[in-house]
Amino acid sequence: MPTVKRIIFFASLLIIWEVAVKLSGVSVAVMPAPTDVFGALFRGFADLTLVFDLIASFRRLFIGMILGVIIGAALGVVLAKYKTADETLGTLVLALQSVPSIVWLPIAIMWFGLNETSVIFIIILGATFVMTINMRMGIKNVSPLYIRAAQTMGSKGMDLFRRVIFPASIPYAVTGLKLAWAFSWRALMAGELLSTGPGLGYTLRFASDFGDMALVIGVMIIIGTVGSVMDLFVFQRIEKNVIRRWGLETE
Amino acid sequence: MNYKKRGESDMFLEFKNVTKEYTNQNIVNTVLTDINVTVNEGEFVSILGPSGCGKSTLLSMVAGLNKATNGEILLQGKPITKPGKERGMVFQQAALFPWLTVEENVMFPLHEEMSKKEAKERAQYYLKMVQLSNYLRHSPHELSGGMQQRVAIARALAMDPTVLLMDEPFGALDEQTRSRLHGELEKIWLDTKKTILFVTHSIQESIKLSDRILVMGTRPGIILEDIKVDIPRPRKQSRDEIVELESRISNLLEKEIDKVVKEELAYAHS
Repeated sequence: MPTVKRIIFFASLLIIWEVAVKLSGVSVAVMPAPTDVFGALFRGFADLTLVFDLIASFRRLFIGMILGVIIGAALGVVLAKYKTADETLGTLVLALQSVPSIVWLPIAIMWFGLNETSVIFIIILGATFVMTINMRMGIKNVSPLYIRAAQTMGSKGMDLFRRVIFPASIPYAVTGLKLAWAFSWRALMAGELLSTGPGLGYTLRFASDFGDMALVIGVMIIIGTVGSVMDLFVFQRIEKNVIRRWGLETE
Repeated sequence: MNYKKRGESDMFLEFKNVTKEYTNQNIVNTVLTDINVTVNEGEFVSILGPSGCGKSTLLSMVAGLNKATNGEILLQGKPITKPGKERGMVFQQAALFPWLTVEENVMFPLHEEMSKKEAKERAQYYLKMVQLSNYLRHSPHELSGGMQQRVAIARALAMDPTVLLMDEPFGALDEQTRSRLHGELEKIWLDTKKTILFVTHSIQESIKLSDRILVMGTRPGIILEDIKVDIPRPRKQSRDEIVELESRISNLLEKEIDKVVKEELAYAHS
């Protein structure tokens, strides 16, 4: 039923948009109608520019996100395990986490130039800190019961961490992963918009420079669709499964 | 090599002047004082007492999760200082690892000393003992509370411990499940001849299962009485001796509970 409701909602939205644009007679350069947008999208996919954009964007995203998640998880473990690190570095991480990663772009451009590396750098920053904070929480919130049970079974030290503490913290790690994706995706778009292509963000600016509003809106729709599809069908699904299996469901 | 050296005492598990204190903001809270008791090999001993009497603390000291402030606990003559596989523990919550299957949970303590194949066989053997052979690949969350507790028992037994420690293992289960598991535990105990130390606050439970009941008093925790239960098994609730014993222990505990309630009321009014 929710699917049917959604379809009806989006269909009506498109119809109202189309009718409103056609009736008011505004120029395509200001507000294109849905049909113009789909035309632009169709041309973009037909000549493969949008396909290459998507590939390029995803490549950066995955490199940046994977590195960010690994660094973030490691840092989270360190903060959870060492009190001094938590009290010093932990505060810094919190401060850095509240800085939108795109703010780093000027520095990144100075360091790495107006290129791929700069964009990946800000994606890493976007993913790292949110992952750190969640991983730290995950390790700190491992049920003491699991630890005690494992200890009575002779597990300690590295074995205890590897076989109990780390797996027990996975629900938090998955939430961290989901948020890291959301942050990376936003960082990627901002980065591409302000730096270089190919990529969805770059095409967006390019279209804007040439006054192609139909393509601008088309790219916006792609960005929104990819973002929500990944969130709904990948990350929320993983999160749900983990929460069920780890017995954390609240009914 | 399980022979006894000459002159070695028969005492299997020995508590010697065990005292436990917690210090919180310079206020010393004595949980247990001068516990002196001996448990023989193969005995089923219940530690019975009202909540807050320190019975769980006593058990976790045997497990090595907790240290005595004074005194010591000896297992086969050796003082207990840290957790070890010769002491298996079952908690009130099953404490199964949700990321592992039922079988993998039972294999958890075995990965060091044997091959994966042997560990699997051992896990299956004990899961059969607790009648869960059909649930090897299930995830713990798919099991009922009673089944989860059975897995926890199998997991503790799989280490082949010399003592099995049970901390209110059936406390969170419903009446029917509990009574079924009593029967199963009794059978396992008769089959494996393990020494079992069983913490509970249920008088019936302790009478039904144990050879001996250590009745504990509270604030500070002491052993009020060490009662030998010489009633043939399986024990039926209706027998006269059981009813008699039940009322005797009940009287003993009532005084303790009165004491606690009075203290708590006094504290609430202060």
